[in-house]
Amino acid sequence: MTGLVKPNYSRPLDIKHGRVDMSHGSGGRAMAQLITELFAAAFDNEYLSQGNDGALLPQETGRLVMATDSHVVSPLFFAGGDIGCLSVHGTINDVAVMGAQPLYLSASFILEEGFLLSDLKRIVESMAQASRESGVPIVTGDTKVVERGKGDGVFITTTGIGVMRNGVKLSGDLAQPGDKILLSGTIGDHGMAILSQREGLAFSAPIVSDTVALHRLVATMLDSGVELRVLRDPTRGGLATTLNEIAKQSGVGMMLYESAIAVNQPVEAACEFLGLDPLYVANEGKLIAICAPQDAQRLLAVMRAHPLAEAASIIGEVQEDAHGFVQLTTRIGGRRVIDWLTGEQLPRIC
Amino acid sequence: MKYIDEFRNGKLAKNISANIAREATSLSGYKLMEFCGGHTHAISRYGLVDLLPDHVHLIHGPGCPVCVLPIGRVDQSIFLAREHGVILCTYADTLRVPASDNSSLMRARANGADVRMIYSTQDALKIAREYPDREVVFLAIGFETTTPPTAWAVRQAAFEGLKNFSILCDHVLTPAAMHAILAGESGTALDGFVGPAHVSTIIGSKPYEPFADNYGKPVVIAGFEPLDVMQAILMLVRQINDGRAMVENEFTRAVTREGNLKAKALVDEVFHLRDTFEWRGLGSVPNSALKLRPRFSAFDAELKFGVDYVAVPDNRACECAAILRGQKRPQECKIFGTVCTPDNPVGSCMVSSEGSCAAHYSYGRFRESA
Ligand code: SF4
Repeated sequence: MTGLVKPNYSRPLDIKHGRVDMSHGSGGRAMAQLITELFAAAFDNEYLSQGNDGALLPQETGRLVMATDSHVVSPLFFAGGDIGCLSVHGTINDVAVMGAQPLYLSASFILEEGFLLSDLKRIVESMAQASRESGVPIVTGDTKVVERGKGDGVFITTTGIGVMRNGVKLSGDLAQPGDKILLSGTIGDHGMAILSQREGLAFSAPIVSDTVALHRLVATMLDSGVELRVLRDPTRGGLATTLNEIAKQSGVGMMLYESAIAVNQPVEAACEFLGLDPLYVANEGKLIAICAPQDAQRLLAVMRAHPLAEAASIIGEVQEDAHGFVQLTTRIGGRRVIDWLTGEQLPRIC
Repeated sequence: MKYIDEFRNGKLAKNISANIAREATSLSGYKLMEFCGGHTHAISRYGLVDLLPDHVHLIHGPGCPVCVLPIGRVDQSIFLAREHGVILCTYADTLRVPASDNSSLMRARANGADVRMIYSTQDALKIAREYPDREVVFLAIGFETTTPPTAWAVRQAAFEGLKNFSILCDHVLTPAAMHAILAGESGTALDGFVGPAHVSTIIGSKPYEPFADNYGKPVVIAGFEPLDVMQAILMLVRQINDGRAMVENEFTRAVTREGNLKAKALVDEVFHLRDTFEWRGLGSVPNSALKLRPRFSAFDAELKFGVDYVAVPDNRACECAAILRGQKRPQECKIFGTVCTPDNPVGSCMVSSEGSCAAHYSYGRFRESA
């Protein structure tokens, strides 16, 4: 009889048909199993496999940068990505635009009871892939489960640590009148990818999110020796919001040229249809750079030579303005303010 | 988007702008009202004022659906949501229209009322089907463009026998409002109208003919693209110079004299005229709004829940009324940009980007700082 008992056996997770239940967050065996079979298997790295409550990391020289970002996007899967890779890219980008080299990530999951394990696996694998491709390992994490109806499938919070590059000084308050403003590519792709999918809008061409890790582009830009003053990724609230933040921080105004700001055709069509302004729509793979005027052309060339910024352009310049207005010269030659966003325009996009 | 780009071409705009500057020679100036909020938005969004000579004035009209919705109508919908526990559905901008006691549908929602933002009337029907045990009320606002979808939804609800669906009908009529403006004191000062775009695709250009024939005011129907508006202004300048008053159509790619016959027939099947309706700014205007015909009265939320309309005066500092009549400009309101901003609208003109105050605040307020 004893031959039938396998004292150390537990049935593997039924990822194909299984669902998250309360025991997966209870701290017991089910939770341990979820962590080993799903998370640890996918993220696999030397720090995570230490198996302790925290990760012990090697010593670094230099100042550290830390950033955190919570992701509540709906739908969880969208054209061009999913909540998993988005949560990795978003935090890497926040660290990178500080002028730091991202080193490690943590990931924290809030799962809703009943969530499909197969979906969770897809998300976790997408995170793992994004982390591998970026060379930034996920070294520690946490999982909690909430009752059905108390969450929306899954929420993911990631935190990133990076080390500041020597001699780099970037800050939102460093823009000076005369500086040039550069943008790495088209705007509005992420937000409209989410929204068009959520609203079931079908356009001639699918809208694909631009979610991507920007740290290598940032490194190339910093390596070029150009005097960069401000770097930002215009995520929630879009280009308009980010530029208003910088203008306020630096106590300056800006003048943009509408004709230099590129919008993909299906994004423009979708915005037109929904009455939205692409200037306010979220991006997840674009950055804004502000540099001294004499460096602008060189920086533009450096950016355009990088695959993530082939469509980069100089979109405007910083100017003196006591009111801090961000203005736009429209395609037809008129002028207007690009104001802060009012109200809730697009909830749950990242 | 090639098609749209044709109408946003900088070079063409400069040509038209040069023509306007050359031809607008009358010393008494040109006072043109763009009736539609869509035009107000386009004018501000593209900075058209920079392409016009100083003596060609654009005056914003009342054609912004949420702007003309009086407080009492918003109160009515909040009352239904709060006291009758209905699911109140409406379009996004309506949620932020100021109501009595510093309330709005948005604030009512924060306080627990079931208020839902929808994109189309079909969404409201869907909610009604999903919640057969709840009453679902659609707050139907807007000019002639939004009326056919409401009519369609009511007919659909009747066909399906959806007993838990009804509408608060606040649909209003463009020609009646233009009439009210021309009959009022601000009307005589106007030299012409930039006529509505989308509204005209439904009603056609014919309903504007009395404004040319009886009031001697030229009307040029224009599309919503910046070049459309520029071209219409040039056409108006030419009419005024020639002493002509006609209805001309710049938007021939979409507007005919008779309009959309099918849509008009649908609206006529479901709605008929209200004797009178109170507009924000214009006051009570006879035959200026619609209500459901008796055979659809089961879908009339005012009858179903027995809610009467109670008029409520606007905030005392708010100049929306004068602005909607074209008598004042947003910057003449004492609380513009201070107490009243798009984040915290006191009057209805500060709510939607089609409203004069919001458009000026969001796009044009750098002009005052210069
Ligand atoms: S600024 Fe506000 S209060 Fe003043 S008129 Fe406009 S909407 Fe009314």
